[in-house]
Parts: sequence; structure tokens; C-alpha cells
Amino acid sequence: MSVKFAVLGLLEPEPSHGYDLKRAYDAHFGDVHPVKYGQIYGTLSRLERDGRVRFAGERSGEGPDRKLYAITDDGVSDLDHWFTQPESPDEQIRSVLFTKVVLALLSDRPAEPFLEAQRALLLEHMQALTRVKSRGGVLDAAFADHRLFHLEADLRWIDATVTRLERMREEVHR
Amino acid sequence: MRQRDAAVLDEPVMSPGDTATAVVAASGLVRTYRDGETAVLALQGVDLVVQAGEFVALTGPSGSGKSTLLHLIGGLDRPDQGHVTLEGQRIDELTDEQLALIRRRRLGFVLQFFNLLPTMSAVENVAFPLLLDGTVHALDRARAALDDVGLGHRAEHRPSRLSGGEQQRVAVARALVTRPAVILADEPTGNLDSVTGEDILQLLRDAADRGQTIVMVTHDARSAAYADRVLRLVDGRIVATTRRRE
Repeated sequence: MSVKFAVLGLLEPEPSHGYDLKRAYDAHFGDVHPVKYGQIYGTLSRLERDGRVRFAGERSGEGPDRKLYAITDDGVSDLDHWFTQPESPDEQIRSVLFTKVVLALLSDRPAEPFLEAQRALLLEHMQALTRVKSRGGVLDAAFADHRLFHLEADLRWIDATVTRLERMREEVHR
Repeated sequence: MRQRDAAVLDEPVMSPGDTATAVVAASGLVRTYRDGETAVLALQGVDLVVQAGEFVALTGPSGSGKSTLLHLIGGLDRPDQGHVTLEGQRIDELTDEQLALIRRRRLGFVLQFFNLLPTMSAVENVAFPLLLDGTVHALDRARAALDDVGLGHRAEHRPSRLSGGEQQRVAVARALVTRPAVILADEPTGNLDSVTGEDILQLLRDAADRGQTIVMVTHDARSAAYADRVLRLVDGRIVATTRRRE
């Protein structure tokens, strides 16, 4: 998943520096793959160019990390739009779903509507794949089942997550 | 195969049908149960229209009201508010005797625990609803129905000699044999392993493709995905609908 929305989501509560953004990113999402400084700075400069974040002052000291960035109104509406869109069920979906839920909780958006929309989209894909399976040969069935079991896993993760959203919300704000 | 999958996903959603031609039409259904001192709102105003040949799945967490909705459609329970019509006929106002006839003649049931009569053979179980009505050639029709579900060779066996999957096939044949307006299935794979369960779902899917109307309750997404339309219930309300894209 792109670092863009994570940076926007982490910037929304308050302006921040590149280094603090990297630390926050790694704390929430970086268990397996910590983000590189270069990715954070590259993302920030693209977002600044596109008017999604703006320069918001400097702190004293040395190096490139003195710049303070703040999210703009366009950045907030990008985030809002992102939260209304369910994710296409591709290979990376699990980590994207997790990131999206955590960012929703961090930014005090409701996570339930997004999870319901996601559930509906996953089920729609399962219906189409089941049609492929029940009309095709055994190879079609094997192909469809591989996708179906993964989609089912995502759905079950959504069920489990919905039941623990409140506790997750408390923990990310701790 | 990937391209075929994508083509299925990209085509437009089919349009919802209209109430006049509906096989099942339920509106404003409210059902409350007493649990000691407290009232449990099982359904809080549900509307449902099912067209001929449509396969609809009702899904949701336990306590969401999906089974209550199926029971109201099947005349096994009555709503506190709202009404249910089957092929244009109000069924929520009928007497118990009239309802029993409707269930036998116009509805087919496939339940989690098969509900076969243990002292009868497979073919007699399938023929039973026809025999109660004095239908001619009941046993011949039952044999044909068993052939349709791939169990012609087990027709003379009693349920205890059949596997769970075979018993459920008998139950599907029994539901189909009266050519009912709608088959109501309540967790039909709940007591079967997943491979056997999928065979039963495929039988239901094939029946729907031949024009049989089906409403099925399931908590399981893989089962629900066999349906044309999936309604998700939470706390006695329909909160989401997904349609298979044709």
C-alpha cells in the first residue's frame, strides 16, 4: 500500500516532522517492513507539490528534518475519499485493510461503514467466483477456490475486527 | 481463467424486480420475543421481495434475525406487524390448518438436521408429501427426484444407512418433488463437511438455474456466495445487499 495515505492520516491530528512520521509509521504499521526515511521524505515532497500538505514552520537544529508539515484541506478530502472506498481484493489487501482501520481510529473516523462496504465488495467477488466454479471444470473450481478461501479469510478478519474496534480505538490513542 | 473472472465482474448489475410478480413479498415485518422480563426485537421492520427463479441468501451474525425472517416466510411463525404474501396470497392471516397445507404443497424445506422419517426408505421419504395429498404416481415421481440428486441407486435404503450428505440429498429431493413455489433452506450445510456441503449447495444452485426459487439462511460466506442476492441482517434489520453480477 502507498505510504501516501499513512502520512496524510498521521499528519491529520497535528503537524509533524519527517522523523516523527517515520517513528509513528513504524510503531503502527512497520512490524514487518519499517518504512525508509527516503520514502517518507519523497512522499512528503510529492504531497507538498500536489498541495496535500504544506510547510508549517521550522524547528531549530541541523539537517533536513527541521521542516514541519501540516495537512491541507485538499489532503483531508483525499483522506475522506480514501476511507469511503473499499479496497480491491488483491494480494496486498490484508495489510491495507489493517492500515486503513488503524488510520480511521487514529483520525477519529468511524471504521464500521468502511468495513461494511469492504464486506459487501468481498462478498460480491465471492459470488462471481462461485459462479465460475459451479459452471466450469475442475481447474476453474481449483482456481476459484484459491481466491475464495482468501476472500473468506478477509471476511472473517472483518468480523473479528468489528467486535474489537472499541478496544483498538482505546489502544491507538493510548 | 483470470480473464473470464474479470469479465464476470465487469458486467452490469441486474435490475431488481417488481412486487406484482414476486413469489415472496414481505413488508414491514416486526417480530418481538419475550425472554423472561425483557423483550427481544428479533426483526425491526424488514421488507423482502423474492422473484421467481431467484436464489436469495439471508446472512448475518447469530441473533441477527435471519432465521426469524425465514420462519415468517415459511409460515412457521407469525409477525407482530407487517405481512407476508406467497404468490400473491397473504399467509400471515391464515389458520394453522391452512398454513400446514400451504407448507406441504407450496413450500419445500431443507433443514440442518435433514429431518427424514427413520422408519421409511429414501424414496418413501421423498414421496411422503405427495402421498399425504393422494397424488398419483407419487413413488415414480419420488424416484425421478432421487435420480435428479444422484441417489437413484440408494432409493430403498433407510436414512440410518445413508451418510449425512446422502441424507441431505434425500431432503433436497423431498423439497423439490412437490415443485414448490419456494424452497426454504436453514443452514443446509451446517451439519456436513465442507466438500459434501458444497455438493448440496451446487444442487440448490442447479435447481435455481432451472427456475426454482430459493431462500437460504446461512452464517457462512462461502455458502451465501452461491446465491444471486445476499442480504445481510444485523440486529433485526437488513443492512446490506449484494447481487451477483451477471
